[in-house]
Amino acid sequence: MTNLAASALPLDDDQNQRLQRAVEGLSPEQLLWVSGFAAGLAAAAGAQHAAVAPVAAVGRRLTVLYGSQTGNGEGIAEQLVALAKQQGFAARALNLADFKPSALKRESLVSFIVSTHGEGDPPDDAELFHEYLMSDRAAALPDLEYSVLALGDSSYVNFCQTGREFDVRLAELGAMRFAERVECDLDYDAAASAWSSQVVERLPELLDAPPSPAVTHLRAVADAPVHGRDNPFAAEVLVNQRITGAGSDRDVRHIELSLEGSDLEYEPGDALAIIANNPPSLVDEVLDALSLDSEAIVVVGEEPVSLRAALSKKTEITALNLDFLRRWAGHGNSDALHTTIDDADPAVLTEFVTAHQVVDVVRRYPADIDAQAFVDMLRPLSPRSYSIASSAAANPGEVHLTVAAVRYEAFGRPHWGAASTMLADRLDAGDRVEVFVERNPRFRLPSPDTPIVMIGPGTGVAPFRAFIEERAEQGAGGESWLFFGDRTMHNDFLYQLEWQRHLNRGNLTRLDVAFSRDQRKKIYVQDRMRENGAELYRWIQRGAVIYVCGDAKRMAGDVERTLIDIIAEHGGVDCEVAEQQLKALRRAKRYQRDVY
Amino acid sequence: MSKLDVEKIKADSAHLRGTLLESLADPLTGAISEADTQLSKFHGIYQQDDRDVRSERARQKLEPAYSFMIRARIPGGLLTTSQWLGMDRIAREFANDTIRLTTRQAVQFHGVVKRDLKRTIADINQAALDTLAACGDVNRNVMAPPLPSLSRVHRQVQSHAEQLSAHLTPATGAYHEIWLDGKKLLSIADEDEPIYGDTYLPRKFKAAFVVPPQNDVDVYAQDLGFVTIVDNGDITGFNVTVGGGMGMTHGDTATYPRLADVLGFCEPGDVLAVAEAIVKTQRDYGDRANRKHARLKYTIDDRGIDWFRGEVERRSGVTLGKPRHFAFVANGDAYGWHKDDTGAFHYTLFVENGRVRDDGERRLLSSLRAIAERHRCEYRLTPNQNLIVSKVAARDKARVDATMAEFGIENSVRASPLRLHSMACVGFPTCGLAMAESERYLPSLVDKIDAVFADAGLADAPVTLRMTGCANGCARPYIAEIGLVGKGPGRYSLFLGAGFAGQRLGAPYRDNADEAEILDALEPLLRGYGSERGEGERFGDFLVRKGLVHEVSEGRLIHES
Ligand code: SRM
Ligand SMILES: Cc1cc2nc3c(=O)[nH]c(=O)nc-3n(C[C@H](O)[C@H](O)[C@H](O)COP(=O)(O)OP(=O)(O)OC[C@H]3O[C@@H](n4cnc5c(N)ncnc54)[C@H](O)[C@@H]3O)c2cc1C
Ligand SMILES: Cc1cc2nc3c(=O)[nH]c(=O)nc-3n(C[C@H](O)[C@H](O)[C@H](O)COP(=O)(O)O)c2cc1C
Ligand code: SF4
Repeated sequence: MTNLAASALPLDDDQNQRLQRAVEGLSPEQLLWVSGFAAGLAAAAGAQHAAVAPVAAVGRRLTVLYGSQTGNGEGIAEQLVALAKQQGFAARALNLADFKPSALKRESLVSFIVSTHGEGDPPDDAELFHEYLMSDRAAALPDLEYSVLALGDSSYVNFCQTGREFDVRLAELGAMRFAERVECDLDYDAAASAWSSQVVERLPELLDAPPSPAVTHLRAVADAPVHGRDNPFAAEVLVNQRITGAGSDRDVRHIELSLEGSDLEYEPGDALAIIANNPPSLVDEVLDALSLDSEAIVVVGEEPVSLRAALSKKTEITALNLDFLRRWAGHGNSDALHTTIDDADPAVLTEFVTAHQVVDVVRRYPADIDAQAFVDMLRPLSPRSYSIASSAAANPGEVHLTVAAVRYEAFGRPHWGAASTMLADRLDAGDRVEVFVERNPRFRLPSPDTPIVMIGPGTGVAPFRAFIEERAEQGAGGESWLFFGDRTMHNDFLYQLEWQRHLNRGNLTRLDVAFSRDQRKKIYVQDRMRENGAELYRWIQRGAVIYVCGDAKRMAGDVERTLIDIIAEHGGVDCEVAEQQLKALRRAKRYQRDVY
Repeated sequence: MSKLDVEKIKADSAHLRGTLLESLADPLTGAISEADTQLSKFHGIYQQDDRDVRSERARQKLEPAYSFMIRARIPGGLLTTSQWLGMDRIAREFANDTIRLTTRQAVQFHGVVKRDLKRTIADINQAALDTLAACGDVNRNVMAPPLPSLSRVHRQVQSHAEQLSAHLTPATGAYHEIWLDGKKLLSIADEDEPIYGDTYLPRKFKAAFVVPPQNDVDVYAQDLGFVTIVDNGDITGFNVTVGGGMGMTHGDTATYPRLADVLGFCEPGDVLAVAEAIVKTQRDYGDRANRKHARLKYTIDDRGIDWFRGEVERRSGVTLGKPRHFAFVANGDAYGWHKDDTGAFHYTLFVENGRVRDDGERRLLSSLRAIAERHRCEYRLTPNQNLIVSKVAARDKARVDATMAEFGIENSVRASPLRLHSMACVGFPTCGLAMAESERYLPSLVDKIDAVFADAGLADAPVTLRMTGCANGCARPYIAEIGLVGKGPGRYSLFLGAGFAGQRLGAPYRDNADEAEILDALEPLLRGYGSERGEGERFGDFLVRKGLVHEVSEGRLIHES
């Protein structure tokens, strides 16, 4: 371990010599202790990377490329790199947005982690890479060995679509798959860990280097937050206030939670995950439809619980997924259901999965089942994300959310979303709800002097409330422009009084609104953007960062097309060039999206 | 709002234009700017908000539920059926499905939102009515008696009222510019406001014509009144009255309701000249520093009626004659069918508190639409918030009856005499000044007072009862025999002893009384009235005669009891 190749060192010559002198003559035990000591120093100084990468096989390393919208894939990528380094291998994790697609041909070993969003689309940060990879421009990759971890949600028809596309296309380009693709559903923990272990186990052979024994059990002593996904914090509800007027057909809540007593921290742009439970009436309906005893004991995970508890707190019964449909069809041997699944075109199937809840299916295609078998068919209940609507600086010890209650009629019964109606209907001030923070480094305020344009109709306005509060708190000088839209000005102008106040005080420079139902012709945010296209283009020219938050189904796409049109029209270029310019803006982090 | 310097706003407004166009275009609020809320009044438009949901909306982080009340100006309350049908359409398309008949024979729409304002005003004009000067510091809707027992006199008085109204209408082009896409004026130097000048009047100004012996318009409550003197079926001239007004402020004894004084007699040809001189005198001498002391009634009390007469005679060049004799018998309406001297029929319909709407079986709005569509007639709005289906030919009478029956309104006159002589101002939820319920509450209170009446053997006794939600007195409560003036939620000041013809003010009798206290106070008095009243003696007169309340001889003395 002496005479390290200078090129691999983060030390200059002088530092190197001093280090060599300091460790001279130490025993292996002493050396280990010193390494731990140094790691502790590093953690205390806030270093990002836990262990100093030992340099085995210089030049050969594992590159983990990830595309992640809500941070799941990013977390897995970081864990994989940490694990590889722990075993003494060189490894690095890079967001696909920060990776030049054409550089792929220079890589020899890459593990891809990518989720699927929208309707089978790549996450935003993987969009450019995806486009390159799928295009004719993509270079041949004879020297690359790769593996793919695909993240997804089996309630979507295009389950893990992007991961699948990566896997197939890389092989087409001549790359060698060193491990089979693994597809993860929302409960990705176990599958993702197994895949990571498998990758690391193959590293000695792939990198042609033995693991370095010197640093095997070194782990960063970073202050990992105590409260997180694995250990959510029970936050007290401070306020649960409807903020749509009495005449609105939508129920949007402003929720304030106390973070007092937790170590949770957040920045504007982050989301808060909520551990939900299911509507009690829906649990009753399921029990009733299947004629099952609510007190029957079932095992979920390792834990024995009553069936009622399992259906309330452990399993998804509001959102349907394809997996369940297949299993139910298999179990009941229902031809009709098989036909629906196998013969329907994807759009129809998506519609079916979206609109139906579990209870609709078991009612329509009845079959006898015992409690355990039924629970086994269901997916674990996953946390729901909500954009944080507050600035911590402006609201110390609190976090605010803007939640639209999901309630709709279908198949002759009311359908309620799990988390949103829990927040709206089943929690009062004083109650507690389990939460953790989801970091979203891809949705961040720029320097205080940089102008920002925020496009956030509906609950998409939530993070912009946090942005403006934060900027007001900072006394930021940068101009800000918000586009908001909803159904009616009278009842659906979320946070109207606050925006008026921010405008009066100069915290917000400009606000343009589109209320779709206030006139015969429907008007949306993109129409307001178009009307103000020249001015919007000037803001972009002046360096403004553009943010889009809210509906992914329609809004985000419409807004993006409008941005391209505006750039084309006012920049005097054709649409393709405009599209390239918008992509450049995205790469420069001047076009950021948080859509769902 | 009172903090706003209305005088400055008027002066800076470029003849009432202000920034109304910008305010209307602001998409971030259902409101107009604060200064513009003062100016919009001159255009007949009040910004209001639904007070029922005010605190709820604040919690919802939404601005108040702003909407606008629009008042159309209708001199003498006379409407063609096609004008009515226009109003009816507007009520259903832009307002809250009601038409509100006012105590000044006008109509109001409530609940019009900002983005519909312009179309609503345009449609009102389309229906050959307008809203200019229905509110604001100018002359308001000119009243005239609607009951045409003498059709010839009525026609002439109506014509005087219309001429006076036209003569005192502001000349500004702002109204056309803003609401009717009229041509934009470049400089107000090119626009003359001959009677009012650039700052208009210090305060609102109200004028009415009356034909004795009915005092339905309550001429004593008007800044300017013309009491028609008829001789042998011809109008010989008018006694001119000045300085009436109702509004006061609770707890502020410098404010008071005041009955008008008779200034003198003028000939029909001098009406406009005299009226203009009176308006201009008030324009120049009215108090512009204190809006609570700015009405003509204070100008006259401060400077004396003789000084005032001198000013008016000097400015008009008219020497006023000695007042002629006249007498009033009542200030209410006569319900049901009446035949006039030409043989035409008129039906006075009781409209409880002036609110025309469909309410279950009683579909007043629909019925008035149907009558207007099906029958030859005209409508007259009364100063007591009622409506007269007027000029019905004898052969159509039964058909009008049938239409009313079809919509469940034929039995309106079967209400108790007390209810038929009752009136409430708008109050909650639209009126921004209301302190207590009024229109929404009076009907149920009348039920209870009716029971007291019945117990006292007074089931057939007409007694005037008026309620307002605050001391401004929009339903003229200080000249009702029983006046209830809102002071706080569920609390009213009780005034008693006014004259049945509106010729004497009531005296404060109870302060801050809730319903039980009101009923307790009335019960013994009514019982006494039931057993001890003289032949034809009115309740107010009875109380004064018996010394049960003191007689208020002059408005400024009202607080001294
Ligand atoms: C609709 C009406 C009452 C009704 O139930 O019919 C009415 C309603 C209002 N009156 Fe009045 N006044 C109405 C006749 C009166 C009368 C009776 C009369 O004119 O014969 C009076 C007493 C006479 C007088 O002027 O002294 C009257 C004295 C007031 C006052 C007090 C004025 C004063 O100088 O003391 C105010 C408040 C103010 O002007 O500051 C007021 C203000 C108001 C406002 C506009 C409230 C405001 O300023 O924000 C009310 C609107 C309520 C709503 O939601 O509609 N209203 N108001 C009457 C409309 C008449 C019209 O067509 O022009
Ligand atoms: C990063 C991120 C940020 C988010 N921020 C916010 C936010 O700030 N505010 C917010 O309100 N939400 C936000 N969401 C959405 C939120 O996470 C939940 O998805 C939403 O609240 C629904 O959850 P639920 O448990 O109530 O409904 P679920 O129980 O999950 O049921 C929802 C399902 O019902 C179905 N469905 C819903 N509506 C209809 C309909 N009209 N017709 C037919 N089927 C329908 C769909 O299948 C849908 O998936 C965000 C999501 C993400 C990923
Ligand atoms: C708006 C939205 C759309 C999604 N669409 C799909 C989809 O079409 N197919 C799929 O397999 N998963 C879909 N998912 C599920 C995500 O891929 C899954 O939540 C994944 O764990 C996210 O990983 P990430 O945080 O790394 O982006 C969607 C999730 C969201 C929030
Ligand atoms: S009396 Fe008062 S409460 Fe009633 S309408 Fe007039 S201002 Fe409003």
